[in-house]
Amino acid sequence: MNRYTISLFTENFIGILNRVTLIFTRRGVNIDALTASESKEDGVHRITIEVTTTEEQVIQIVKQTEKIIDVIKSFYYKDDEVVYQEIALYKIPISSLDPGLEKVIRQYNARIISAEKEFVVIEMTGHKEDTKALLEILKDFSILEFARSGRVAVAKPMGTIEQYLNN
Amino acid sequence: MKDSRIRGAEIVIKSLVAENSEYIFGYPGGAIMPVYDALYDYADQIKHVLTRHEQGAIHAAQGYARVSGKVGVCMATSGPGATNLITGIADAMIDSTPLVCITGQVASPLLGTDAFQETDVVGFSMPGTKWNIQVRRVEDIAPAIAKGFHIARSGRPGPVLIDITKDAQNALGEFNYVPCLGIRSYRPYPKVNENSVAKAAEIINQAKKPYVLYGQGVVIGKAEEELKAFLDKSGIPAACTLLGSGALDEDHPQYVGKLGMHGNYAPNMLTNQCDVLIAIGMRFDDRVTGDLKRYAKQAKVIHLELDNAEINKNVKCEVSILGNCKESLPLLTEKLKENSHQDWLSEFRKLEEKEKSAVVSLDLLPTKTGLTMGEVIRYVNDFKKDDAILVTDVGQHQMIAWRYFKYKTTRTQVTSGGLGTMGFSLPAALGAQLADLNRQVICVVGDGGIQMTIQEFGTIMQTQSPVKIVLLNNNFLGMVRQWQQLFFDKRYSFTELDNPDFIKIAEAYNMKASKVTERDNLRDTVAEMMVHDGPYFLEVVVEKEDNVFPMIPTGCSVEEVRLS
Ligand SMILES: Cc1ncc(C[n+]2csc(CCOP(=O)(O)OP(=O)(O)O)c2C)c(N)n1
Repeated sequence: MNRYTISLFTENFIGILNRVTLIFTRRGVNIDALTASESKEDGVHRITIEVTTTEEQVIQIVKQTEKIIDVIKSFYYKDDEVVYQEIALYKIPISSLDPGLEKVIRQYNARIISAEKEFVVIEMTGHKEDTKALLEILKDFSILEFARSGRVAVAKPMGTIEQYLNN
Repeated sequence: MKDSRIRGAEIVIKSLVAENSEYIFGYPGGAIMPVYDALYDYADQIKHVLTRHEQGAIHAAQGYARVSGKVGVCMATSGPGATNLITGIADAMIDSTPLVCITGQVASPLLGTDAFQETDVVGFSMPGTKWNIQVRRVEDIAPAIAKGFHIARSGRPGPVLIDITKDAQNALGEFNYVPCLGIRSYRPYPKVNENSVAKAAEIINQAKKPYVLYGQGVVIGKAEEELKAFLDKSGIPAACTLLGSGALDEDHPQYVGKLGMHGNYAPNMLTNQCDVLIAIGMRFDDRVTGDLKRYAKQAKVIHLELDNAEINKNVKCEVSILGNCKESLPLLTEKLKENSHQDWLSEFRKLEEKEKSAVVSLDLLPTKTGLTMGEVIRYVNDFKKDDAILVTDVGQHQMIAWRYFKYKTTRTQVTSGGLGTMGFSLPAALGAQLADLNRQVICVVGDGGIQMTIQEFGTIMQTQSPVKIVLLNNNFLGMVRQWQQLFFDKRYSFTELDNPDFIKIAEAYNMKASKVTERDNLRDTVAEMMVHDGPYFLEVVVEKEDNVFPMIPTGCSVEEVRLS
């Protein structure tokens, strides 16, 4: 088993996310994280899905997703073939804000993005391992909430969806 | 100025007419009533067949599509009407049958409120359709239908569902039909890669024991001639899948039989002896391959296939040729050396003899008193025309009829292959018959399956479709009983049936009906049926506990095929 990033380029059609995820459900492959957004092309959406499974399964899944009428193209990558980031938010009670916490924030290249009366929100962007490491430390600071996004990723190979569309 | 706008309901009908649809198989109800009302004015342009259940409508549309090669159309109301289509949708999807299903939906302001007869049929059918859509605005109706037809019929065909809200049906809009010619995200016909073709040709030219397996892809791709040319030049023996039957004349000198669980002995056995396996438009279903770990491991596999997702899905191939086999086969044939594989072919013939004495002669020329399913099919063969269509249900009779029916031409095989849907055959036979009223349509069905859609006798009566229905009655859910006998220690748990008087039922529907219980009457009654002008119901009471052999038990390898 390995970690893979699947990048899907789709039309913006109602139910497309449903159709895509059904393919994972049917094969019993758990989606670790999912993000959907616009792409550089007008009207083309991209869905980024992170899974942990075998390469054989990923190939099957990619081919099955491409059978969906509104999917333009699917790709899959190993971790070293993508540049990716996740964003994590941590909500900490204001009472925990002390020099120790400040040191941690600096050490992790995180930052405070909001300070409210009772809490502060810290943001960190990075790989899952890094944001998780910070989480572990912040547990000692009575963390109130934690949220992490799915992966946003761009591929290292130089092909573009534009080339595919014009082909 | 006169308003040129028409109601959405009428746009539905005009769009179907624009797609040259000949028939709509359907069943009315509240949410589709505006379309039915519009249909009233178009009786001269499109015919509607009122089935007795929506499942009947969709199976009829499937039968129609499979025989005509065109898109089958069915229609149902919202809620229960729509959900009754689901089995047929799943069936059409797995057997690649082009369908457009139109369902009515509650008015859009009611959507999501659990309104009367509201069902999320788009959600229900999403995993089972090639494409589906809900239309809520009148201006979207014609484009959705155009797109639906394009998707249903192109590439690997499949079912499409278009759900139209009642307010969209009632609203006024302009009718301007633009056929859909392409969709940016959908590439139905991948281009054939010439390098793969060259590589495949090289492998085939060096092969000592090459072997062709062909499936329904040949029929869908209309590549029957191309297959024949390929075989004629290469001299390679060829076997077919269930749905591939008919793509090649069984009298072809290289035809060696049928593959799979209840296929022929030789083609299964020798799968594990060939050195090159050339799969054409087939998908290595588990009913064909048996245990994958022991399937054709010695062979280099060459797969000609339209659907990229089928390549390396079940069987890993050495070379894949993606694309329509109508296009790829001639390119491959051109590069082949002329050859004949007589020694290799004779290995098939030897095993064929073995099957003949161990199974076939007992089935076709039985000496015991009870009638066999096989001898019924033998007489059907005697009196059928070359282009007669066999429609079968699911069970022992399906496998027996398939094994012994003599396929001479294409589009003569209609059955529920991938899903194995009992109740399929009666309505599918009706649809098959309407696709071509001049051809003989023979429906072979079991006593279990017929009772799943027996109400379609009513549709046959109303349309006077001259289908010949052959009920092989063994008073059992025979195929399940066979498994119980072989693998569950003869514990016949809930497979014996107390059956009604089928003849009375058929006669109640004004159908000519006969019952045969003795061998002496069989031949003449079959003969009478085959020339009868109009629908005919023939019940043959067959041996209660006969089995279908050869058989590859589940989980076994193809060469573990049993003759008894
Ligand atoms: C809708 C549906 N339900 C259940 C089955 C499981 N099944 C497969 S064959 C079979 C028995 C069929 O009996 P019958 O129609 O009498 O035909 P026979 O096998 O006796 O020829 C059953 C129950 C099925 N294929 N389809």
